[in-house]
Amino acid sequence: MAEHHGPKPVKTPFMSRGTLVLIALALAGGACYLYRMVFGLAAATNLDNQWPWGIWIAIDVASGVALAAGGFTTAALADIFHKEKYHAIVRPALLTAMLGYTFVVIGLLADLGRYYNVWHPMLPSMWQGNSVLFEVGICVMIYLSVLYIEFLPIVAERFMGRVNLPGPLRIFNRVVDSWLIVCHRFLGRFISLFIIAGVVLSCLHQSSLGTLMVIAPTKVHPLWYTPALPALFLMSAIAVGFPMVIFESILASRSFKLRPERELLSGIAMYTPVLLAAYLAVKIADLVERDAVRYVFEGSLQSVMFLIEVGLGVVAPMVILLSKRARNSIAGLFTASSLVIFGVALNRINVFLISYRPLYPEKSYFPSPFEILVTVGLISTLVLVYRAIVMIFPVIAAAPEAAPREVVVTAPASEPEGATR
Amino acid sequence: MTLDRREILRLAGVGCAALAAGVRPADAELAPSPASADSWAVLMDTVACIGCRKCEWACNVENRLSDAPASTFDNLKVVDAPRRPEHDSFTVVNRFRSPADRDHSWTVKLQCMHCADPACASACLVGALAKDQTGPVTYDAWKCIGCRYCMVACPFQIPAYEYNKPVQPQVRKCTFCAPRLAEGRSPACVAICPNEALTFGRRQVVLDAAHTRIQASPGRYFPHVYGESEAGGTSWLYLAPVEFAYTGLPALDDEPIPHHTERIQHAIFKSFVPPLALYGVLGLVMHALRGDNGHQENTSG
Repeated sequence: MAEHHGPKPVKTPFMSRGTLVLIALALAGGACYLYRMVFGLAAATNLDNQWPWGIWIAIDVASGVALAAGGFTTAALADIFHKEKYHAIVRPALLTAMLGYTFVVIGLLADLGRYYNVWHPMLPSMWQGNSVLFEVGICVMIYLSVLYIEFLPIVAERFMGRVNLPGPLRIFNRVVDSWLIVCHRFLGRFISLFIIAGVVLSCLHQSSLGTLMVIAPTKVHPLWYTPALPALFLMSAIAVGFPMVIFESILASRSFKLRPERELLSGIAMYTPVLLAAYLAVKIADLVERDAVRYVFEGSLQSVMFLIEVGLGVVAPMVILLSKRARNSIAGLFTASSLVIFGVALNRINVFLISYRPLYPEKSYFPSPFEILVTVGLISTLVLVYRAIVMIFPVIAAAPEAAPREVVVTAPASEPEGATR
Repeated sequence: MTLDRREILRLAGVGCAALAAGVRPADAELAPSPASADSWAVLMDTVACIGCRKCEWACNVENRLSDAPASTFDNLKVVDAPRRPEHDSFTVVNRFRSPADRDHSWTVKLQCMHCADPACASACLVGALAKDQTGPVTYDAWKCIGCRYCMVACPFQIPAYEYNKPVQPQVRKCTFCAPRLAEGRSPACVAICPNEALTFGRRQVVLDAAHTRIQASPGRYFPHVYGESEAGGTSWLYLAPVEFAYTGLPALDDEPIPHHTERIQHAIFKSFVPPLALYGVLGLVMHALRGDNGHQENTSG
């Protein structure tokens, strides 16, 4: 890379037409969130005894965790396998993971009947080692802490030596500053330990999230019910990591009028077809092994959703990215990575909702307007916080959009970031 | 100490092999049911049951479920439309009719089956649900975080939730009248049953009684005791005049439900060896490949 630009806070006005839309959605979602907290789950959701889990688990939690996988896959690539040129994308991916997991927890709190007891799994007296959910919960808690620790050097880099708290808080300037210096020194030396821990913790809970539904052999449709679910969840999480980084990077460069890091993105896109192929191979082998291929074309809702998930979400992007021309064009990269994200998110929705067949169905489940608005509001808030953080901290490394050459991408009037998650 | 890169990668390879060897089904480590051999059980004889709903009423009173007057339970029509246990009714009686002869019917009392190896207790991340060695699957609302994973896990779809409560909602289900058992009394529904459709006793004794009934009148009963082995066995057992597909009880194989997940879970977390091995392997890779791709940045080995 001839022109190397270090990460810098993005200089752009916070408000735009896009952010206004996001703020409106975030406020609507916040109001619905409040409504659920005051009036309870029956008032706000369509959940019942037949359908104990809805989109807050399938989308906010399960898809949220999967789509935050860019954090650990890029860390593994750049820091563990030392593909140093990809350091430029580590920070945005880390920030996405950090915010992604934070919003997973906020979404989960809406779903928990006794959200104020969410800390209970930390008490050794309540540890329940047989529970898959216990393992997921503990791993996510530790991993979220690791992500914040990994972000600290970025805070130190920005504010070390120039802490300037507003108003009366200024008496803490010295304390905060020396604390940042300590963080900087300590993490400068030991950050690797946290990076590896982050990768291990991710592998553990990404797979265990798949184990969750293995406890319902009589309820989960045979297209998805398999003891291989944890392996499939881990492989799909690894596969969606880079596409998520590509997707975000392209959106961010449009929104902030930066030159897209096309070369880097094409570089990591090379791994994606391989990872998708491995995932697809295990998925098909598992279907054959369990004699479940016959369900693929049975014509039910489940079989249609399965075909969309695999055809549009796995096979299509794999084929697109096998083409060098597609990999080297922003449009090709964006289309393919969007499809992978769609495919993995749909897989989580399929496993947690579409495949779930209550034993004594009275009615089917469709999310209430409150459930949908909370989910949309959380995603909008996440995008807004992301925008604010990259404007304050040195996260994004990219040159301002050069006037001539390049397949110039003109920023659209409203940012299409709404879908980032 | 300096290891050359080849040596380190070889070590990493060994680590991977150990990892693969570690992650294997760990059947031997699956915990046996916490229920003792002489735990309590109830036999529900759907042939003897007359569908009088006295058990529903007694349950309602014993557990203070709703303030519905006793007369509500005199309406015997409701048993004709299938109902499910709810947060304010831990047991319900449903009538089923023979497809061949609509006049031939039998009534089935539903409640928590109190599995020997309960999926709900295995699922619960804080141990709010637990199998007592005397038989009941108990619920400690104070521990519960309200995630409802127990409801996803239950193969009988029994736990109900108080969705209507904004604060302190509980998972609600039959308690097996655990407080009464502790006092040496039988559950309220058993105590009130007028036709001895419910038989309470030590599980093995009750099971023997069930088989004796089948042998004594083979024409009267389908030759199977539901719950003897379903999902690893349950504390509530059923006799029926026909095959159990016509009782509303789910068809289940003999494997305890928790084995499906615990086998995977315990393989991955066996003494934390696989996670630590993965940590070690990644550490070695990180160290070995250092400086491979041009400049070293802020990484220290």
